Formats: sequence, structure tokens, C-alpha cells
Amino acid sequence: MTTQHTLSVLVENTPGVLARVSSLFMRRGFNIESLAVGQTEIPEISRMTIVVNVDELPLEQVTKQLNKLVNVLKIVELDSGSAVERELMLIKVRTDPQTRGQVLETVNLFRAKVVDVATDAVTIEATGDAGKLAAMLNVLEPFGIREIAQSGRVAIGRGPRSITDRTLRTVPGTQAS
Amino acid sequence: MTEQIAEQLTGAQSLVRSLEHAGVDTIFGIPGGAILPAYDPLFDSEQIRHILVRHEQGAGHAAQGYAMVTGRVGVCMATSGPGATNLVTAIADAFMDSVPIVAITGQVATHLIGTDGFQEADIRGITMPITKHSYLVTDAADIPRVIAEAFHIAGTGRPGPVLVDIAKDALQSSTTFHWPSELALPGYRPTTRPHGKQVREAARLIAAAERPVLYVGGGVIKAEASAELKMLAELTQIPVVTTLMARGAFPDSHELHLGMPGMHGTVAAVTALQRSDLLISLGARFDDRVTGQLSSFAPLAKVIHADIDPAEISKNRTADVPIVGDCREVISELIGTLRKQADEDGVEGDYAAWREQVLGIKARFPVGYDKPAEGLAPQTVIERLSALSGSDATYVAGVGQHQMWAAHYVDYERPRQWLNSGGAGTMGYSVPAAMGAQVGLPGSVVWAIDGDGCFQMTNQELATCALEGIPIKVAVINNSSLGMVRQWQTLLYEGRYSNTDLNTGPESIGARRIPDFVKLADAYGCVGLRCDSEADLDATIEKALAITDRPVVIDFVVERDAMVWPMVHGGASNDDIQIARDLAPTWDDEDI
Repeated sequence: MTTQHTLSVLVENTPGVLARVSSLFMRRGFNIESLAVGQTEIPEISRMTIVVNVDELPLEQVTKQLNKLVNVLKIVELDSGSAVERELMLIKVRTDPQTRGQVLETVNLFRAKVVDVATDAVTIEATGDAGKLAAMLNVLEPFGIREIAQSGRVAIGRGPRSITDRTLRTVPGTQAS
Repeated sequence: MTEQIAEQLTGAQSLVRSLEHAGVDTIFGIPGGAILPAYDPLFDSEQIRHILVRHEQGAGHAAQGYAMVTGRVGVCMATSGPGATNLVTAIADAFMDSVPIVAITGQVATHLIGTDGFQEADIRGITMPITKHSYLVTDAADIPRVIAEAFHIAGTGRPGPVLVDIAKDALQSSTTFHWPSELALPGYRPTTRPHGKQVREAARLIAAAERPVLYVGGGVIKAEASAELKMLAELTQIPVVTTLMARGAFPDSHELHLGMPGMHGTVAAVTALQRSDLLISLGARFDDRVTGQLSSFAPLAKVIHADIDPAEISKNRTADVPIVGDCREVISELIGTLRKQADEDGVEGDYAAWREQVLGIKARFPVGYDKPAEGLAPQTVIERLSALSGSDATYVAGVGQHQMWAAHYVDYERPRQWLNSGGAGTMGYSVPAAMGAQVGLPGSVVWAIDGDGCFQMTNQELATCALEGIPIKVAVINNSSLGMVRQWQTLLYEGRYSNTDLNTGPESIGARRIPDFVKLADAYGCVGLRCDSEADLDATIEKALAITDRPVVIDFVVERDAMVWPMVHGGASNDDIQIARDLAPTWDDEDI
């Protein structure tokens, strides 16, 4: 029985680092559920949020292997209980004059928003955890979903502490050209 | 970074100057289009000797051999595309055996990268899973920093290969030279100093154990920790096993040494691990060739696992006491803690009964073989090589039966006396690695102990050796077949010898002697000798030892049905060790 884990991986913002991380997962036989990459408050550092389905022991092994990559600075596993986890989804839903009202009501109920309207479709932007997005999709399904674009998960720990706090602001790499 | 010199120079000149700053004295390589700019300033370097090899794989293994005997970072160089891809096997080999090398490859010019240009290959992408780190340099200004980082990463922590791929236009463009005074590698901080608490916990387990074994791996050699290991063994009187990568880390002549564990390990080493209640693993990685079937490996033992690479600890076998650190520091601290424990608390292990038991097994089941009714036994050849050349000589094996015999029948007394391709099992390693070793140890005796199969994979480097004054000695253990595969076919495939006959033997066994290794040696400007009887064995070896001005190749025509024993079959439990075909050791009651 595998469980889902969310890893926040801080990496140097250098070419090839995404390939190094993703190929390592492949080589060690782990399937990545989702992966999102973006800059952090320190421009030289990027943050990858990686979701994997894996047991505890192999997870420890892959974390150790990841730590060996020279461009990887820090790895933190975020526990969903003590972290905020969000995914972004863009959904194009078929509408007609009869159903548009119900679709818009669903949008409001899920605190999503409409970002594009056409005569026979609306495009909805929704954020939330995986459960909320699945629930909303369920409700929209009967109207006819034409297209979905979904981001990987991003996550951040609750409370005042920052995972970039101590280790990284002082390292010389953040000043290097 | 501090600016030391600010004159204008080319990227290629900056590369050569960077290599000089990194302390490089030898590069093994072959020029070609993309790396060509680098070869021009290299031509003028007084510090760096470039050795022109005949195949890039040879350059890679030579860099490994050089690194393994000197402890310094070995360097190989190749051009883009096929030049670079020919290095791949050696890079993979260095990765598996933690050998510090820097591979420098030319890359097509920046504007051609990604266009499938002539001789373009994404060598950084290709080698990503088999390098410790890699770089693609497209800006000449980055060259000194990248070279400094590459040597640091290759040679520190758990050593390994680093690839530096440099675009041709970066080599050609104008730049200034700045050698970095310090390195900015925030994601690379190997832990060398062990945690005191873990060391104390290890010492406590050692004192409490009844049947401990020191399970020594290649990390002890990489960490230059042999003297400390000897102190630890003699202080505690705990028996020692040395893995294939660790042969020489502890003297074979030492009473406490039980030999090599694993698939072809000694009965004493394999049995000691199986019955142990505490494995003290130092720089070893519980490789499948050591453990056999993992679930039945050392079933009664707790495990202290010390390694500089935290990812090795509990990878295959869960450690009770993990210790991350450099083996020399770990062993030193362990010695200190054990002494303190004995002096202050009067706590000391007593393993006399256990020692007696395993030393009894060692005496009863020495590694041995039956000489054939006729023909030369390969084991005898290796025994005599060792006896006549001594432990000052360096022994470099290929892969297969001859490798296992070389591991058993050469007497290893010092670290770095033995080189082989352990993890990757690369046939063809021996001749080029011996070449690199000989360059690192001029004036000493370097034996390549090779098989007739392996030898045919890389013997083109004999040309390099002959022309560059690298007088290696090659002992071809010629059984006219891919011997280890043939052994498995004998044991597991009812003697159906599918594609293992190499026809390098004499007509008397129905072979065609193609190629004739003596003639081949002669063609390459080496001395070629042949020996097919024990009566001529010592004289032939002595003749080879007397030749120091050029390489020597000896075609040892050996009996082809010799097999490597002991053996644990693949996937079987180490409890099922056999000392000969269908023959398990017989135990007295008190042994069990």
C-alpha cells in the first residue's frame, strides 16, 4: 500500500536541474504524480513541489538520492495536515441559455471564477486542494466538460516558519553570478 | 572570487590553465573537431602530459587506473558526438566504483546545439544518470569556475565521475582568467565527520556482540583508512572480510583476515557473515554480489553501517546504527570510543570463541583448486605471478573467471595494489586501466591480468603503451573462451556452450588461435611470450619481469574447464555455498 507524499525541493535555478530531478525519479523507478516548478523569493533558487505515490522506505531512499544532486539545496516533506496545498484548474464547460445559470451557480459555490465566456461555453478558473477540484468537476460533468488544463500541486507549510529561512539566505551560491 | 590575472586569452587557453591550476599532470584523450581548440594550447603545456590513446574508452579507463593508484583525480578528454559517447562505459564504470575522474568533452558550437549538427550528441543528457555531476559550458568566462568545481566534486565526499562538456565557440572566444579562491556549491556539503552519538552507540553494540565481523568495502581504500582499520581489528580482535573492491585494504597475511565474501567468496568469509550477530560495515554497500539473496543474508546480525554516502545506508539492508562519515574519521573515532569504554567503564567485547570458530573454518576451507591431469591451471599462473612479483606490484584485472582468481590467488598486502571493475563488470577494463596505473606509478611493476575475451575488447591501447613508454605487463589467462559464461553454461545449461568459444587457444584443443596473441603483441611493438606448461611458468614470468623498456604480453594457454570456486548461485542464499560442483562444505557439530 503506497501513500501520497508532497515534497518541496529547493534547487539552484540552473539549466538542466529539472531534467536531473525527473530522470532520477525515473531511474529509481518512481512515478511522479505531479510536479510544479517556480521561482522563490530568492531569484537564484527555484522550488519544485513533487507529489509521489510511494511507501515510506523507498521515499527515504529517493530523498537521499535527490539530496546527492549538487543543484538540490533542500528537501522538505510537507504533511497535508500542516501545509496549505493548492492546485489550479482551468475548465471549459459547455453551456446554453438553459444551463448557464446553473453553471455560474456552481462557480460561485466553489468560489471559482469565470475567466472567458463564449456563446456556448464558459471557461472557469478554480483553485483548491485536490478534493475540492474533484468535487467541482463532479458537479460540472453533466453539463459537458470540453477541456481541462490542470497545474501541478504547490504547497507551503502553515505558520511563520520558512523552509528557505536559515539554510539558504546565507549560502554563497545565492550571491554567485 | 578574487581576480588574480586579467590578461585576455582564449577559452581553450583558459581551460588548459585551469587544468594546470587544478594540479593535472596527465590527460588521456583523443582530439577531434569540437575539442580541437583545446589541443592547441595543450601542445604547449609544460605541466600536462597528454597521452594519445587509440579509443576513448581506453582514455576513460586509463583515467580510472591513474586515479585508483594515485588517489588523485584522473582526467580524460574527447571530442563531441562519438568521441564523447565512447567515454560512456568508462564513466559508468567510474560511477559504480566511485572513482574520481573528470571527463572533458568538446561540444558543437552553441548555435548548433539542438540542431542535430555534425558529431553532436547530448552527452550531458546521456551521462546524467552515471555522473556525480555534469556541466555544459557555453560561456568561456565560466571555464575556470567549472573546472575548479568539477575537480572538487569528483575528488571529495564519495568520489565519482564529473563530465565537463564545452561548446566549441566557448573554447574559441576571448575571455579573461579568474581562478576562484573559493567554491560556491551550496548544495554540495559531504558529511565527513561522524556523529559522536552514533559512534558511541556503535561502540556499545560492538562491546555487547558475541560474533562480530568487520565487513570492509572499497570506501576504506578511498578514505586512506587502512592503517586505522588495522588498528581497529587488532584492538578488538574482530575478524575481517574484504570485498572485491576492498582487496588490499587489510593484509591477506593477517591472521584475522577471512578473505573475500560474496558469490565467489571464501567459505570462512561467507560463513562468518551468515553466522555473525553484528556486521560492522565500513565503506561497503551490501551489493547483491556480496549478499546473495538479501532476505537470508546474515540473518542474525545487527548492522552498523558507516559510509560517506547517506544514500547507501539502509538502501539494501536496514542499519541498526547508521553512521555518515569518512571511513578514516569514523574508524579513528570508533577506536577512541572503544578504548575509552574499556578504560573508563571496563566494557570490552570478548570474541575468543567466535574467533576460534571462524579461524577454524578458514584453516579447514582455504581457497584451493585441483590441478588438471594435463595442461596449465589458471590459478597456478596467478599464484606464481603474485609470488614472483610481490605486493609492491599492482594487479589490474578484467572481468570474469580470471578476475575472481586474481582476487583470490594474488596476495594483497597493501591498499591500491588491486584494481578491477567491480560494480559495472566492464570487460576490457584491464589493459587501459593498467596503462593509467603505470603512468601513475612509473618504474613499478603493473600487471594486467586479463582474459582472452576481455583482452580483445581494448588491446589497441598496447600501441599507446608501446609508443608512450608505458611498460605494462599483460598476463592473458587464455582459456579460449568467455570463461565465466562458459562456467555458467556448464553448471546451468547442461554444457550447451552457446557463443562462448573464442578460438584463441591452440590447435590441440581444436581451436584456431585467432588472433595469435604473441604475434599481436609483436605487431604492437610489445614483447610477446607464450607459456603452456607449469615447467616454463616461473621462467616466463621472470623473463617478463626483466623487461622494463616496453610492454610485455604473455599468452598463458590454460586448461579451459577450470571453474571459479567457491560459488553461491545467483539469487541463492549464502548458506548454500558450494566449494566445488555439487559439493557443500561439511560442518562438524561444533561449527553450527
